[in-house]
Parts: sequence; C-alpha cells; structure tokens
Amino acid sequence: MEKSVIQVRELTKKFGSFTAVDHIGFDVYKGEIFGFLGANGAGKTTAMRMICGLLTPTSGEVKVLGLNIATQTDTIKRQIGYMSQKFSLYDGLTVRENVRFYGGIYGMRGKQLQQKIDELADKLGLEDKIDQQVKSLPLGWKQKLAFLVAIQHDPKVVFLDEPTGGVDPITRRQFWELIYEAAERGITVFVTTHYMDEAEYCDRVCIMVDGHVAALDRPEHLRHKMKKETMHEVFYQLARAAQRRD
Amino acid sequence: MSTFKYVLAKEFQQIRRNPTIVRMMLAVPIIQLIVLPFAADYEIKQMNLAVVDMDHSTYSRELIREMTASGYFQLANYAASFPEAKEAVERNEADLILEIPAHFERDLVREDGATLAVHANAINQVKGGLSQMYAGQIIRRFNNHIRAEWLQWPRFSPVALLSIEPQLWFNPHIDYHLFMVPGILAVLITMVGSFLASMNIVQEKEAGTIEQINVTPIKKYQFLLGKMIPFWVLGMITLTIGLIVAYLIYGIVSVGPLWVVYAFSAFYLVAVLGIGLLISTFADNQQQATFVSFFFVMVFILMSGLYTPVESMPGWAKVIAYANPVTYMIQVVRGVMIKGSGFMDILPYVGIIGAFGIFFNGLAVWRYRKTV
Repeated sequence: MEKSVIQVRELTKKFGSFTAVDHIGFDVYKGEIFGFLGANGAGKTTAMRMICGLLTPTSGEVKVLGLNIATQTDTIKRQIGYMSQKFSLYDGLTVRENVRFYGGIYGMRGKQLQQKIDELADKLGLEDKIDQQVKSLPLGWKQKLAFLVAIQHDPKVVFLDEPTGGVDPITRRQFWELIYEAAERGITVFVTTHYMDEAEYCDRVCIMVDGHVAALDRPEHLRHKMKKETMHEVFYQLARAAQRRD
Repeated sequence: MSTFKYVLAKEFQQIRRNPTIVRMMLAVPIIQLIVLPFAADYEIKQMNLAVVDMDHSTYSRELIREMTASGYFQLANYAASFPEAKEAVERNEADLILEIPAHFERDLVREDGATLAVHANAINQVKGGLSQMYAGQIIRRFNNHIRAEWLQWPRFSPVALLSIEPQLWFNPHIDYHLFMVPGILAVLITMVGSFLASMNIVQEKEAGTIEQINVTPIKKYQFLLGKMIPFWVLGMITLTIGLIVAYLIYGIVSVGPLWVVYAFSAFYLVAVLGIGLLISTFADNQQQATFVSFFFVMVFILMSGLYTPVESMPGWAKVIAYANPVTYMIQVVRGVMIKGSGFMDILPYVGIIGAFGIFFNGLAVWRYRKTV
C-alpha cells in the first residue's frame, strides 16, 4: 500500500472522568482524502486537535510524516496546514494582508508572496477585492480563501475541521473542487464533516461513535458491507448505537 | 527574526484598523486629564454656611462678616435656632453651622474668653474636615485681631509675636492639578499597557484565530512579543499626549528631566504588559477579560496613592498599595514632574518595577504555556 503520512496508535484523551477519545488507531496515506465523521460529541474534533498538535493526548502516540507530534512539533508545523472550525483569517485585515501574514510566517518572501497573492486572486476571481477587508466578503468566499491560505505554503498534510459548515450547496461543491485540486497536487487531506454527501467524496472515511472508531473504509465498501444505499444510512445506523449525547 | 517582522506588521495593521483603539488612544487621555482633576479637586470653595447668632452684637456680626469675606463660605441660612440650622444641613442647604451663643460679646470682653460652636456636615468627610479647618483659621484670626485691638501696648507685647509660617515645598500654591495630573498620567499608561493589551489577545481567542496561530511555526515568544510591542508603543504615545495636554491645559511643565519620565515609563510598561498578558490567560472572551480587568482597575486606582497618600493608609491597605506597581509609577512621575527628581533618585524604583516585571511576565508566560 501507499506511504502512511499519519499514524495514530492507541490515542486517548480524558477530560476528568470523561473519555472523549478512547484508544483509537488508524493510518492516513499519502495523497488521499481522509474523511473523519461522527455525530456531535463523538470526539472527532478532539482527536483531530491531538493529531495536529493543538492538544496533548492523555496517552497514545501520533506520528505525522514519520515525526512524533509530541516531541518534534516545530518540524511538523512547517509541513502541515490547518483550517479551524471557527473562521481562521483575520476579519479586520485585507485579503492581501492575510495572505502576506500567513505566507510570511511560513517563510515566504517578496516575489513569492506577490505571486501567491495573484494566483489566489485569480483562482477565486477576487482580483478587485484583494484590498478589501475580509469581513466584507461573503462567507462562502471567506471559507474558500481560508482553505487556500491554509495550503499556500504547500504543506504535506492539511487538516480541515468542518470547513463547509454553514455554507450553501453550490459553494460546498466549489470548495470540494479545491480540495480535489489540492489532493491532486499530492497534499494529503484530513477533513471532518457532518455532511454525508461529502463523505462520498472522500477516498476513505472513518466514522467515530462514542470516542471509538466504528468503521473505517472506502465509502462504497462501507455501503456494500452494510447493505445500504447511501452513506447517510450507513452513518445513521452506526450513530444510532451511540450511548452518549452531547 | 524576519518571520517576526510579519507578525509585527499584522499586529500594527490590526490596531490601525480598530477605530475603538485609535479613538481611545486620543480621547481617553484628553478627557481624563481634563475632567478628573477638576472633578476630584480637593480644594473646596463656596461652602454653605448656616449661622445661629444668639448674640446679635457687633462682634458676632463682625465674625460672620469675616467668615463670608474669606471666600470659602457663603451665608446660606441665617437661623433663629440650632434645630432650624440643623434642618438646613439635613436639606443639604448648609455644610457648616456656626453657633454664636448669647452673651458672646459680653463674655469675650468681661471674662476674656467665649465659646463658639462649629458643626460640620461630615457626610463628605473631606469637605467636612476642610470646612472646619478653614473656619478654625478664620476664628483664630478674628481672635487675634480683637486681642490686638484691646491691647494697651506695653513695652513688650504679651501677644505671641512668634508665629508659624507654613512653607509648602514643590507645590507652594497647593495646586491640586499639579498633584493629580501626573498621577492620572501614570494610571493612563497602566490602562493602555495592561487592559487594552489583554483585550487584544483575548480577541484572538474569541475569533478562533489563535488556534490557527498555534499550528503555524510561529513561536510563542514571537506571538507574545508581537502583541506586546504595539501596546508598548501605544503606551508611550498616550504618555506623550498626556504630557501635551498637561502643558496646554494646566501649564504643567516637568521640573525634572522628561527623559527620566520616558525611560521609566518604557520600563514600567513592560511590567504592566505582563499584567495584561496574565489577564488574557485567565479569560476566554472579552467579557471575562473586562470583569477581571475591572477588579484590577479598582485596586490599582484606589490603592495607588492617586487620591490618598499611601503613608496614611492602614497597615493592611499599605501592604496592598506596596504590592501595586501603579503606586511606584505615580510616585516616580510625581517625583520627577513636581519635585524634580533625577535618574539617581528613582533608581530604587527601577529595581522594584524590574521585580514586578519579572514576576508578572514570568507568571503569564508560564500560565500561557499551560493553557494553550
């Protein structure tokens, strides 16, 4: 099989007596779009935050690009991208200023930055809005922009935490086109989502229920195995077994 | 280090775009410096005097005239009896009652002494105390006058010719503004350094952008320095605006060298920024930060010697005052601007503020590592 870029082993997070993530383990392979699904409170955001180094695990191990996230954080950080659930660009800054800032902190300089700005504006059709504050843009554009900014330094892996929340179906579609484009460039995409139609777009999906991995396979295999028509039904059957509610 | 350039650029851009900060920067020092010294003026004039004159004599009338001519009192109520005067006080129409008993003049002349009663409304204890003090002075002067009048001048005057002339150093006219303005300046830069800075960091938490920052290669110290430097600059600007306002409105010019004020403020701001940082580690949103800040503001201002001298505070309050960096800042600014202290004079304060700086910043960085 292909090269594994993320290895998760026995990963656990406890908040007091509550075990949010309970000994999960899986591999994510290079260039794939890995969907991370789960109901609210299933522990997917917690797991993801541990995988990209934002949260210290209670126990277990995470390796990203062969490096241990706990000890080699700084090296890993240069090579990953992240787009949080909350909007991750600065509202009060212009598109250009945001791109300059995020590019600059990843070590991009003068010409390279200018090139990125032009490229980005072109891709989103934002040429005339490049010097407008981000808060004046519609949400869909903001999300797409945030994604492009998250991958502008050509990371090996990008983590997307519910990137299409609150966005209309057309924009979601466009957003996924951007994701495909990134995957084609060899960027591994780790994405959490609520939308089951989006699960269909993933190469493999991992469904979390009550802090455990309930299923992990290609969407079509899962449907076949569970004799369901859609991912929605697959998810529904698995999630129904959940004991805890948020 | 060149990465840091981008961090700093972003912080300055954000502040420039934030109309609230820019407005506060300009408006707060100006308004506070104009309004507060006037509002908190301890020098009290035009107090309302109620008189109960049971004597109706030449001397009693002369005393009343002396009281009202002093400029401190105006005759608000001429009561027939003490209860009536007291009612005037209760209605808040009088601050002080001067009670002149019957036979005041007779006793004064015949028995070489008479009793007067002065009752002050002490709900506002400062006003009450001052009004009594002023009244006492006027009565003493009146007393000296009439004694001098009566004297058959012998070879040596029996009236004490030795008198105490108070010499007030550094603020000879007891100009209250000269006392308040440097103190307010000190409080102002404390606010900018601590509270505005903490709000700014908390804002990133609220917006969620701090998550994004945490997955980037930005080092924590770079992020924190990026937050601190702009507010350090803002603090210095506030100080400058404040000094200009002090000169333009009150004509206050620093007696001591201004560079000492600047150098010490520069140093002090680092300590104060540590407080801001610390607050931001305790708060997840701006509301919480506001409440925590509010608590600190109250302690900082009331326990700093801005209004009341630290030396006259009770023991426990002194402890708080000496654990309050604002206390030292106020002492230094007043020392330099009013007394003309030089750099060597404030050197001990540099040490104290240095210790505060290490303490607050150290604690904040430690907490910051733990929480994020």
